[in-house]
Amino acid sequence: MYSDKVMDHFENPRNVGEIENASGVGTVGNAKCGDIMRIYLDIDDNGIIRDCKFKTFGCGAAVATSSMATELVKGKSIEEAMKVTNKAVMEALDGLPPVKVHCSLLAEEAIHAALWDYAQKNGICIEGLAEPKSDIHDEN
Amino acid sequence: MGEFIYLDNAATTKTAPEAVEAMLPYFTDFYGNPSSIYSLGASAQKAVEEAREQIASTLGAKSNEIYFTGGGSESDNWALVAAAEAYAGKGKHIITSVIEHHAVLHTCQYLEKRGYEVTCIGVDENGILKLDELEAAIRPDTILISVMFANNEIGTIQPVREIGALAKKHGVLFHTDAVQAYAHLPIRVDEMNIDMLSASGHKFHGPKGTGFLYIRTGVKIRSFLHGGQQERGRRAGTENVSGIVGLGEAARLAFSHMEERSRKEAGLRDYLIERIGKEIPYCRLNGDAGRRLSNNVNFSFRFIEGESLLISLDRKGICASSGSACTSGSLDPSHVLLAIGLPHEIAHGSLRLTVSWENTMEEMDRTVEAVKEIVERLRNMSPLYEDFIRSAGQNR
Repeated sequence: MYSDKVMDHFENPRNVGEIENASGVGTVGNAKCGDIMRIYLDIDDNGIIRDCKFKTFGCGAAVATSSMATELVKGKSIEEAMKVTNKAVMEALDGLPPVKVHCSLLAEEAIHAALWDYAQKNGICIEGLAEPKSDIHDEN
Repeated sequence: MGEFIYLDNAATTKTAPEAVEAMLPYFTDFYGNPSSIYSLGASAQKAVEEAREQIASTLGAKSNEIYFTGGGSESDNWALVAAAEAYAGKGKHIITSVIEHHAVLHTCQYLEKRGYEVTCIGVDENGILKLDELEAAIRPDTILISVMFANNEIGTIQPVREIGALAKKHGVLFHTDAVQAYAHLPIRVDEMNIDMLSASGHKFHGPKGTGFLYIRTGVKIRSFLHGGQQERGRRAGTENVSGIVGLGEAARLAFSHMEERSRKEAGLRDYLIERIGKEIPYCRLNGDAGRRLSNNVNFSFRFIEGESLLISLDRKGICASSGSACTSGSLDPSHVLLAIGLPHEIAHGSLRLTVSWENTMEEMDRTVEAVKEIVERLRNMSPLYEDFIRSAGQNR
């Protein structure tokens, strides 16, 4: 049911891990629904995402979309990272089964949540970025 | 397909070669319609009746109490709907349990929409029906109790004899979904006061699309399919002759070595339970340790999700199943795991391994090693595990 790309990113996920003293961390989803994604960003003074790591609790599609999302934002500017939509993640993975589309939405939200955290810490405003609406801490 | 380890025998089983062998002539040689008058039809009719007698003898039933169906779900649907209709004059109250298969639960919901009232009895933390709750729920207008013989997910065997006795005492019909239990456990319909029983062929090495419903003589029940005299006029349509022959042969075979088979399966099961329980931290065995189907292993692993576990096992050639939401196509994990009190996130991380007597110890070893490796890999990727380790570190 999954494309070869999804299987590849599930079996050999890129950028799994944590970043100590990350510039921004975002966690979205909730355990009740079976998906939690956490994204760590390391952003330099010029607003370039130097490194990006993730941790995900979830199905194969959730792991693969997290992995692909980190690949798509790594080395990009914040503005470019804001353009990494769930559609972009899905396309890069050669598509997802319809019941798994929400996983790609979660990946987009996780990046936004990490950028929001970065913006909050640095007292800046990122155009088009709203406060993340889903967070595990809201659910429990 | 390459070599694989099949550990999903509660989903379906390999058709026994003996059953396949028995079926083949009924496709090509004795293909007559059992309802036809000539001898070609009569030989098909004879085969169907022999299978019926075969099945009846395994339950201590009469052969005219066995009705062939297209499988377990059909049997459940028929038993519930037709009994509900036939006994509506007495009352419209039905009792079932929270851990039934959806073939029973969804049929109950269908009946609720048509004016019936359904009470779902709870289970304890091991999935055993609360008998006191059951007896308290019986009312003068209760017409049917439907409780499964053994659970398909966690393997818990219900106190069927006690349920049957309660049903008899209160004059209520008792139906049991024995899809997972038939041909795996000894069942005597008279001693256990079972009025109706559903079973499915492909759960005991018979062909898919076959099954039966046992209906005790004297139980009023409406016809399920109309348009012919087959199955005593209650299920019209030309019989699935080859399927019925395969079902009968699979039953004969299963009962001929049931004890030996169960002993071997229980050995494999206990080995898996012991090794997984000992060697993988933060796991929990779901279901009752003692009152358990001989083939069922069900564990929850904290901090991981079941579908990723299944895909990873599949890549290693191991076929298993899970109660996670992602494998059911909904957002909620298994209703059975929730009913025994598991929190959602732990129910999502469940793994069901159901063995058959044909599995080997070497396969069990390979499976344990694979599960260990995969659980560790997924935990290292899990933010829940990261949080858990962090907070454990702080509390130290």
